[in-house]
Amino acid sequence: MPELAIEVADLRKSYGELDAVRGLSFGVERGEVFGLLGPNGAGKTTTVEILEGYRRRSAGQVWVLGHDPEVRDRRLQERVGIVLQSCGFYPRMTVREAVEHFAKAYPSPRDPSETIVLVGLEDKADARANELSGGQRRRLDLALALVGDPELVFLDEPTTGFDPAARRVAWNAVRRLKELGKTVVLTTHYLDEAQALADRVAIVKDGRIVAEGPPAELRPGSSAYRVSYLSQGRRVEHRTDDVTELLHRLTRDALARGERLEGLEVARPTLEEVYLELMAEDDR
Amino acid sequence: MSAFALAWEQFRLERKLFWRNPSAAFFNFILPLLLLLLVASVFAGEQDELQVLIPGIAGMSVMATTFNALVFNVTFLREEGILKRVRGTPIPTASYLGGLIGSAVANAFVTVAIVIVIGNLVYDVDWPKEPLSLAAFTALGVVCFASLGIAFSHAIPNVDSVPAYQNAVFLPLIFISGVFYSADDLPPALEAIAEALPLKHVIDGLSAGIVGAQVNEAAAAAVAGAWALVGAFLAVRFFRWE
Repeated sequence: MPELAIEVADLRKSYGELDAVRGLSFGVERGEVFGLLGPNGAGKTTTVEILEGYRRRSAGQVWVLGHDPEVRDRRLQERVGIVLQSCGFYPRMTVREAVEHFAKAYPSPRDPSETIVLVGLEDKADARANELSGGQRRRLDLALALVGDPELVFLDEPTTGFDPAARRVAWNAVRRLKELGKTVVLTTHYLDEAQALADRVAIVKDGRIVAEGPPAELRPGSSAYRVSYLSQGRRVEHRTDDVTELLHRLTRDALARGERLEGLEVARPTLEEVYLELMAEDDR
Repeated sequence: MSAFALAWEQFRLERKLFWRNPSAAFFNFILPLLLLLLVASVFAGEQDELQVLIPGIAGMSVMATTFNALVFNVTFLREEGILKRVRGTPIPTASYLGGLIGSAVANAFVTVAIVIVIGNLVYDVDWPKEPLSLAAFTALGVVCFASLGIAFSHAIPNVDSVPAYQNAVFLPLIFISGVFYSADDLPPALEAIAEALPLKHVIDGLSAGIVGAQVNEAAAAAVAGAWALVGAFLAVRFFRWE
């Protein structure tokens, strides 16, 4: 089995007195969409920028496609595509010119026209960057990250400022990357986005990972399931790990009382609920 | 693509975008020429003055097209995040900056050529007496002011404050370095400052090249060269991508 696309072991980064990243460890498999979630200031962007080679780490081990990104080896950069949170374009350059120009930097780029279609900018191909809307600029960001046909793509909040239609286009582009066997590291504020796209997520808080796993399997504390029903017009909720046992007990008791469990629901917590619960934990 | 080919691509892109920006084209070419025509019309017919003015304007143009242009460009590119974007691609730093600087250098050579042609056709100044010195000092001036421009951009907080920083350096320097009149006429204190800075020496070298002025070319090259080294060191040492 080939090595992991990304391996991070006990990564630390301090800015002076401030510890932005405090011992992160995770791995990203090849072909996986990996989501990094967390509030502003949690250390997501710092972590990603270390993986991208923009920042030097204070301590720990980092391997990206078998390279140490700090070395800034051109052979690594040729295999990686980056969508940063905010970075600009030459204002007077057209979409097509930008995609064609950056394509030249890579050994086996994607066809520029095809790349423009992939991100849904074909109608704007001859527009200058300073004439694009925020969402269109973001799509050009994505086009420039993909034009080198990278194995590994970093997407730092790629759909911020998108309208719902543009978001769908971007999501489909990410799914298409996955189909092509690319590895994607996605940071996002949108939990539905992580739930829709990521195979696995890590939730980062205060520079540490507080939960990690497939979005559907993440759970806060020990309550993996929520079972609720109406009893005399009032919704009663139970949380449990062992849903079989709980349901058996509830239905048995209800039968014994001659009641029906009106409005019975069995639900796993959504990623959003897990996330909010994790974020609230310290603040109590 | 090789690093050199990428530098060439960057250069071509910079040229294309330069011409799409009319105000950049204006400040690069028209402003020095306007100054040349205005000041020269005052001295029209006085060959002594014109022989100071033509190399002076040529030297000023070298500084304007490299130092001023790069101070602005690099600050803008950094603030816009364009440098950061390039940093995230396989484009080698040397290729990117090579293309960027190359474009400024092309402007410098073109402007110097225009100044010389106008000097000859309009004001009867002879064609360059020492083309080799002319080429050498244009090249040295370009290297010196391009590296100082990039170095200086590191000190500038944002693109809005660029004109203030630029003019604080450029205007006093052109007045004390013998652009419009011979620097020998300056008070000794100002002359001493001008002697320590590179523009006067670049202009001295250009005077030797264009009108065959008797100057110590080795000393001029030494001072300008020293500033080029200082500029290159500071430009590289303190380079910020974001």
